[in-house]
Amino acid sequence: MMGCEWMWKINFEKRSTTPRIVLFLVPLLSIIVGLVFVGFFIAGTGKSPLYIYGLMFEGAFGSAYGLSETVVKSIPLILTGLGVALAFRMQLWNIGAEGQLYMGAFGATWLALNFPMWPAYLLLPGMLIMSFITGGIWGLLPAIPRAYFKVNETITTLLLNYVGILWVDYLVYGPWRDPKGFNFPITAPFSENAILPILGDSRIHAGLIVGILAAVVLYIILKYTKWGFEIRVSGESGAAAHYAGMNYIRNILLVMFVSGGLAGIAGMTEVSGITQRLQHGISPGYGYSAIIIAWLARLNPWAVVLVSFLFGGLLVGGYSIQTSGFPAATVAMLQGAILFFVVGGEIFVGYRLTWRSKGGNQ
Amino acid sequence: MEQSLLTAIFATGIIAGTPILFAALGEILSEQAGVLNLGVEGMMLVGAVTGFMITMETNNQWLGLLAAIGAGGLMALIHAFLTITLRANQVVSGLALTIFGTGLSGYLGQTLIGKPLQATFKAVPIPGLSQIPWVGPSLFQHDLLVYLGYIGVAVCWFVLYRTKAGLKIRAVGENPSAADAAGVNVFAIRYVCVVLGGMLAGLGGAYLSLAYAPSWLENMTAGRGWIAVALVIFATWNPTKAFLGSWLFGVVDILGFHLQNLGITVSSFFLKMLPYVITIVVLIIVSRETKKRHVASPGALGIPYNREER
Amino acid sequence: MSIHTPVVVMKNITKTFPGTLANDQVDLTINRGEIHALLGENGAGKSTLMSVLTGLYRPDRGEIYISGQPVEFYSPKDAVNQGIGMVHQHFKLVKTFTVAENILLGLQSGKEIYDLQEFKEKIQGFCQKYGFTVDPDALVYQLSIGEQQRAEIVKALFWGAEILILDEPTAVLTPQEATELYKTLRLMAGQGKSIIVISHKLNEVMENTDTITVLRGGKAIGTVQTANTNEKELTRMMVGRYILFNSSKKKIEPGTKVLALHEVSCLGNRGQMALKNISLHIFNGEILGIAGVAGNGQSELAEVIAGLRPMEAGTKFINGIDHTKSSVRNLITAGVSYVPEDRLGTGLVPRLNAVDNFILKSYQTTPGYFINWAAAKEQTQAAVEKFQIKLARLSNSVNMLSGGNLQKLLLAREISADPRLIVAVYPMRGLDVGAMEVVRTLLMSQREAGKGVLLISEELEELFMLSDRIVVLHEGEVMGVVQPSDTTIEAVGMMMAGKRMLKDDGM
Repeated sequence: MMGCEWMWKINFEKRSTTPRIVLFLVPLLSIIVGLVFVGFFIAGTGKSPLYIYGLMFEGAFGSAYGLSETVVKSIPLILTGLGVALAFRMQLWNIGAEGQLYMGAFGATWLALNFPMWPAYLLLPGMLIMSFITGGIWGLLPAIPRAYFKVNETITTLLLNYVGILWVDYLVYGPWRDPKGFNFPITAPFSENAILPILGDSRIHAGLIVGILAAVVLYIILKYTKWGFEIRVSGESGAAAHYAGMNYIRNILLVMFVSGGLAGIAGMTEVSGITQRLQHGISPGYGYSAIIIAWLARLNPWAVVLVSFLFGGLLVGGYSIQTSGFPAATVAMLQGAILFFVVGGEIFVGYRLTWRSKGGNQ
Repeated sequence: MEQSLLTAIFATGIIAGTPILFAALGEILSEQAGVLNLGVEGMMLVGAVTGFMITMETNNQWLGLLAAIGAGGLMALIHAFLTITLRANQVVSGLALTIFGTGLSGYLGQTLIGKPLQATFKAVPIPGLSQIPWVGPSLFQHDLLVYLGYIGVAVCWFVLYRTKAGLKIRAVGENPSAADAAGVNVFAIRYVCVVLGGMLAGLGGAYLSLAYAPSWLENMTAGRGWIAVALVIFATWNPTKAFLGSWLFGVVDILGFHLQNLGITVSSFFLKMLPYVITIVVLIIVSRETKKRHVASPGALGIPYNREER
Repeated sequence: MSIHTPVVVMKNITKTFPGTLANDQVDLTINRGEIHALLGENGAGKSTLMSVLTGLYRPDRGEIYISGQPVEFYSPKDAVNQGIGMVHQHFKLVKTFTVAENILLGLQSGKEIYDLQEFKEKIQGFCQKYGFTVDPDALVYQLSIGEQQRAEIVKALFWGAEILILDEPTAVLTPQEATELYKTLRLMAGQGKSIIVISHKLNEVMENTDTITVLRGGKAIGTVQTANTNEKELTRMMVGRYILFNSSKKKIEPGTKVLALHEVSCLGNRGQMALKNISLHIFNGEILGIAGVAGNGQSELAEVIAGLRPMEAGTKFINGIDHTKSSVRNLITAGVSYVPEDRLGTGLVPRLNAVDNFILKSYQTTPGYFINWAAAKEQTQAAVEKFQIKLARLSNSVNMLSGGNLQKLLLAREISADPRLIVAVYPMRGLDVGAMEVVRTLLMSQREAGKGVLLISEELEELFMLSDRIVVLHEGEVMGVVQPSDTTIEAVGMMMAGKRMLKDDGM
């Protein structure tokens, strides 16, 4: 064929092994490319993207206050991120962390409002357990049809988000509304005993310890326990898990319960440590960010902690640019863009880019 | 009184169901070709805000509509590139686009919230047909986009089940390797179906902002994109069943309004929960049924195709 | 002899995949009107070479000439346009379509809005010309494997194939059906079509073809006229050495019954009855072979024994204990070992490493909640050495292992657990001769150690060589139980096709 020497054919060639550096570079480069991509939209409004990103960085990491706020925001992200990562490990697409967070907040609030006189060493762990249970149940609900009827959990978990948020709205606009709250959708404030202690003199509360502990426990479970092994096998191949005698159905239920429970705890830490009451809109989408965090972190518990910190910074940075005319939605754009670059970049983990001329011999 | 109440329910159900219908038709095309598109919600929102924005600028709702279709298609192009060429995980790619689309629509629409719009799609009764008792007011006294929806269902069904193109689409979704061996361009078909799906999603979103509401509010789709995805499953990937399903959801959606008229008061929050809960319940029931009847999703749904995979 | 007109010439074809050189400068010439066999053991490169010819793979180097003209294939469509048609081992049929729709899919011409009736008539006319009977209205998933194969052949011919390639066509046929197939192929060759058959079955190739090209290790070893060669020479070309088909079995006195199935029935995946009142037993120290065309209940039988499929009726006893309702885990503990057909996917987890896969079942037996990874690593290492499994690193994912080493790893794991009963489903499928030897030896050694072995295989020679008794399954029922020494392959073939030959004593 004449003239074909000028045609190049780009091909993806399967790799036999993946160099370590690629596993690290792919998420990193995706973040950078995501920033560049959204930078174009920012430039479209006439502002300099570098200036805006600078403002965000300043706001998040440039001062002691900023840093502490970043840590504060990272606490619910760590917890929901861990929950989502656990479920994803079993190829259970838990998109319902947001709703599970709200239901966890509901459970903790129920205890706090009904037993305000319990001493803190009883009330706080109690609230933790309640939130784990209510969040866990919210994760268990879609798990049951998934386990027994193979109903797609992506849709059911997501739809339950809306239901969970509406349930909390119902409570704070209705039966649990604070009569002294000037008709705002908030409950009465929690008693002293129901509030998580502060670390230092910032807003950073003991929820941080809970988050880090959860990461440690999850790491140990996944790496060293039999259950963790079963999760890894089940996530890779349900057929192999069944073949090996593992109780695949029990694991689906258990993992979704724990996943929802972790997100539920995130809800508890928010109402107990930050808002100190239940109110409308306690989460600016932590549950959705958790998905991106889990994916970027490649489902590794330590990476989840690290990436949660970064995303906390992203949120705080987002607040600092609101006065420059960029709504909170900008942060969601950035997160979404980073995720689809990460997702796209993953092909480089399994395949290598090659090119050669089309037609003719080499 | 009976007739007017029933036809009112029917009619409002059709209107409320139209955005879901468009999105569902798009998703059917995409999934029949084997690609799962979970970015529908984001694409609808981007369509809604783009349609509103351009209509504001040009005072022409048709231009706005075209812009919305284009925006949805462009977003779907990203999804197609990621999942078909780069063989990325289809679930997460779709999610990424929903998150991005939600953010983008909020970003673009910040100055448009609550602004009134003059150039909208108004009701156009079809002469003759709209006079038929019962059926007329239910089906034929709506705006042009609703009629477009009817046509869309028919076209979609016809293409899928009566043309060679439809045969190819279904082959690609069921067994891409067989389609490839038959000389069908698997990549091209998948790209086209995904982009068309996004365009239809954009159309559905624009319906909300240009006809249904009509206005722009952040997150105004409120999960309709997800309901559309669920709808495709219990319509077993069939356009005519999707039409029925979308109408059913339309009715549930506006149930609260009708109940109020009848003097029945239920907390608005529970009414709002109803569409989501019902979707979940129906999904479970239908999944149990299909398991028994061995009707399955397109065989290769969600799996990237690679010719040289050993 | 007919005038030799080369219709296909492949020159210097080379194709590499990461880690393997699948085709190494291969030359192949096919003449018009001949039935040409591509012979070689599994992994020799036959399928790869034909994938290049059909446009599925692009060669790294080499040229292809069709009827003297050089051609380049960038997609399967290009090959079809040049008159090349292929019947793959795994049929490229859309199961939810009818036969007619599958054929229609690949037709370039024709109206966009098609008329199915007119088309069906065309197909029927076509079938008559070649002496086929195919129902164009039938949905593919309802057809038997033999009927699906016929549909594939009609499809290829309808798309204009002058050169027809068949990949291991008799793997899914009874001996009688295989004979029928070759009769048809001979008819087609007589009408000027050129046929290429990929096979690893020496006898079949010797009986039915005109020319044979042998591939070994990716290289073309030589091309011979079938009339001028013999089994010994072909084996030497295929394997590189002379192999003594050693079938010396030690006569073992069967002990107690390790497995007893009585009147077992179960459902298949499509809701049909896959097993109908099956009764059979296996003694300790015996290999029971299960013969039958794939899809007649063998896979379901294995799954029922392993506990992966529930029984609708009947009982199952392992070593005298009733395990009818036992879970998979309990059966593993009771000593049932299952070597599945799906090696990489079910038996082994592709993306996990050798250690993970080695303890896939045994991790349960250690007390406590934690896994002792150090011990697991040691055990895996010991097994790798004992069974001579070739792998680069214990920490590499197992999907990088060759077919032979995968099977060795699987068997190493299963045998190390000291089972009472081993259920092996198509264990030698896709393995090269060396690996087959190893698997054969392992199974025999288990037999000698007093274990019971259930061997499901589609290779009758293999079953005859290894089994003490053979049960023949057809449509989920037992057609007969025979001893290899007392019967012939033909008789077994007839049972596979549905002729019942039960002796009075039943077993």
